[in-house]
Amino acid sequence: MSEHIVSKKVYFVIFGALIAGTLLTYVAALQDLDFIFHGANTVVALTIAVTKATLVVLYFMHVRYSTRLTWVIVAAGLFWLMIMFALTFSDYFSRGWLSYPR
Amino acid sequence: MEETLATPSETPRVNYLNARYGLKSWLLTKDHKRIALLYLGGVSLFFLLGGIYAMLIRIELLTPKGDLFQSQTYNKVFTQHGIIMVFFFLIPAIPAVLGNFLVPIMIGAKDLAFPRINLLSWYIYMLGGILTIWALLSGGVDTGWTFYVPYSTNFSNTYVVLAGLGVFVSGFSSILTGLNFIVTIHTMRAPGMTWFRLPLFIWSHYATSLIMILGTPVIAITVLLVALERIAHIGIFDPRLGGDPVLFQHMFWFYSHPAVYIMILPSMGVISELIANFSRKNIFGYSFVAFSSIAIAVFGFLVWGHHMFVSSQSIYAGMIFSFLSFAVAIPSAVKVFNWSATLFRGSVSYDTPMLYGLGLIGLFLIGGMTGLFLAAIGLDVHVTDTYFVVAHFHYVMVGGTLMGYLGGLHYWWPKISGRMYPESWGRFAALIIFVGFNLTFFPQFVVGYMGMPRRYHAYPDIPIWQVLNVMSTAGATILGFGMLIPMVYLIWSMRYGRAASANPWALPGLEWRTSSPPPTENFTVTPVVTWEAYEFAPPEELKVIGKLEPRDRADYPPDYPAYTES
Amino acid sequence: MAEGHAITHEGAGAQREHHAHAALAHHFDNLEQQREAGTIGMWVFLVQEIMFFGGLFLAYTVYRWQFPAAFVAASNHLNVRLGATNTIVLIVSSLTMALAVYYAQTGSRRNQLIFLLVTMALGTTFLVIKGIEYYDKYRDHLIPGSLIPGRPFHWDTVQHPLPIGVSEHNLEMFFWIYFAMTGLHALHMIIGLGILAYLVYYAYKGRFTPEYHAPVEISGLYWHFVDIVWIFLFPLLYLLGRHLEH
Repeated sequence: MSEHIVSKKVYFVIFGALIAGTLLTYVAALQDLDFIFHGANTVVALTIAVTKATLVVLYFMHVRYSTRLTWVIVAAGLFWLMIMFALTFSDYFSRGWLSYPR
Repeated sequence: MEETLATPSETPRVNYLNARYGLKSWLLTKDHKRIALLYLGGVSLFFLLGGIYAMLIRIELLTPKGDLFQSQTYNKVFTQHGIIMVFFFLIPAIPAVLGNFLVPIMIGAKDLAFPRINLLSWYIYMLGGILTIWALLSGGVDTGWTFYVPYSTNFSNTYVVLAGLGVFVSGFSSILTGLNFIVTIHTMRAPGMTWFRLPLFIWSHYATSLIMILGTPVIAITVLLVALERIAHIGIFDPRLGGDPVLFQHMFWFYSHPAVYIMILPSMGVISELIANFSRKNIFGYSFVAFSSIAIAVFGFLVWGHHMFVSSQSIYAGMIFSFLSFAVAIPSAVKVFNWSATLFRGSVSYDTPMLYGLGLIGLFLIGGMTGLFLAAIGLDVHVTDTYFVVAHFHYVMVGGTLMGYLGGLHYWWPKISGRMYPESWGRFAALIIFVGFNLTFFPQFVVGYMGMPRRYHAYPDIPIWQVLNVMSTAGATILGFGMLIPMVYLIWSMRYGRAASANPWALPGLEWRTSSPPPTENFTVTPVVTWEAYEFAPPEELKVIGKLEPRDRADYPPDYPAYTES
Repeated sequence: MAEGHAITHEGAGAQREHHAHAALAHHFDNLEQQREAGTIGMWVFLVQEIMFFGGLFLAYTVYRWQFPAAFVAASNHLNVRLGATNTIVLIVSSLTMALAVYYAQTGSRRNQLIFLLVTMALGTTFLVIKGIEYYDKYRDHLIPGSLIPGRPFHWDTVQHPLPIGVSEHNLEMFFWIYFAMTGLHALHMIIGLGILAYLVYYAYKGRFTPEYHAPVEISGLYWHFVDIVWIFLFPLLYLLGRHLEH
């Protein structure tokens, strides 16, 4: 069997990290971080969210121990989401560049 | 002599068709072959219905005046033609019928990975179809198959929600089919069936499945939002309430452009089979053809903005989309060139399936080239929403899918039904359909370029416009009759056709190494694949590849070795 | 020729295990292949889910980008304490689900049942808290459009004056996205609870063993995915702009 049994200890460590991340993102959201740069709060919140999601995917969902195919499938999902965002925003971001009578 | 083949020495008495009897054995079947036949029934039904709407459109356009329908009735007719043909015929036609039947057999599996989900997908498809038909019977939809907001959300007073629900529901059937194919191709290939021994039909279905999985959910959520906005009067896409209708178009075309590749890619897979097998030659540049399918699936997601050049999308985004649209031409051209190179010095035989195969190359060439016109922003602004666009997408979507579907249906008919179709009728119908198709749609390029807009029931009384429209209607009539011919003789052949041998075309593919029709478990023993795809061995070796029945081929060369000897 | 056939028969025999497990479906060669197919199937399904939610995330991003002030004002109206509590509840439920899978792998029927039931309880808690939040929005007339007949969306401008350049419609925009995203998420939770109930039934019957526990594992993937969606929804809907609250 190619199955890898993740130890309970790993689960608890990851769980601790997820709870810590939740508290951290909550506390960070209440502070005004705009003194670093404009929109720093958003960046911090999303970075923590991505980190937490990555931990869940890698350990709770066993991707860390899975075949390369699983990695490819996960990556494909994210890649296509990125395509959708990137090309849609290529429209929204550049709409104001050219001024023409509406 | 190491060929280890599961060739049945004679056709077994029990096959998937007669293994069990009764309505229940069909409606509750988990056999992918029977589910394929269920889909064949459903798809044919919707094709007939969509075809009737097409004829109504063509009859209305015989004369410049709107003398058959009111304008709103006409709107409903073309909308329903579009919805039914796109979502209930073109998208499921090849994957759900031929793919369902052949993907497991061609890779040497006993069934798809999830047989129950496969059956579920058919029920979901039928449910979606019934919801849509319900919408038609209640009074119809007039938004166009694209459901563009704000017309569909705020102004149309037809059954948009019901039809949208039908599209939403049927989308899940296509997601489940795609999921099943991907998992099956990854996990259930027979021993020795490596990725590069897979028939190209499988590669193209893999690419199609990618689009089904990655694109379909987006249109599901989009249609859901349209329904929500319509029911609850929320300003999701309503500019008066701060919404952005162009966002709807982004989300809609994110799926609906790749959806045209859902239609054409499986067809390209069928054609690759036909061209290689009826030239009796390995396909030219196997890996290029295989990867061009994947490339089309990926590039297909990068070009949707070319539907929005005139819908207040930013001009810079338009340029990006225009450039990327040209890029799709590359893998498409790779395919056409490789097919042509395969034909070169092949021993080409012009059986019915091959006629459809060659027909597709022609139609796809015209459709694809005019696609380049439309990808160029400047020209597209001129022809947007004219019959030029209508002709273009009928050439690629309909020409592409129909040729592949009919070609594949004839090619695998002996395997599916265990009977041969009448060859001369087949060739006759193929020619009629090809001529009818071109006569229908080629004049539309011309009249579209002259400026005739789509989606109107009347047009200015310009003599040449009417001439072209009459030609188009005449072509549609020929096409319609042409379509009836195979429908009749295929049904006829199920009972009266000559019994087919396991390998009537004398081909090396795995599907020809089991009996016709195959047993429920596809192969009596698990096949072990030791040959490359399209490996046409010299005749003296062919006798161990599979038992050939020369009597099945009227035009069999007399100097061919007699296979039945050993 | 005869030799060839002999090899084939032997190959076929080796393909399928001689004493097939009761849970082995007829079209698979062995349990390992069946498990692999199930796992990949679930992952592919989850990719589909990413794109399904992705459409809503796209709409969220576009409109947040167009109406930042309105989204901050509306977002600050959400109850962040309940949102945070729900985040913790879901993370704990993910842990218990992971442990349920662990005990299925190691073959403890009792612990497996306990953790499946705890997961169900936590999932239900999440939905109850979500229900309380929804009720608050109903009370405050914040259900968008005419979803509730006779109770249209209404922003109390006396208590919460509109920020400059923000119209009530822009606030309503936030709330339909909020309801669409959390509603779709809650629907997935409900489906997840159904799957868990199915697992509990078969775990109780002792169906899952160290050799065969793929259903538990695959359902775990689904449950964790629903958790991940919430991990993103929480900051996007509740937290962004919270520092601007007065």
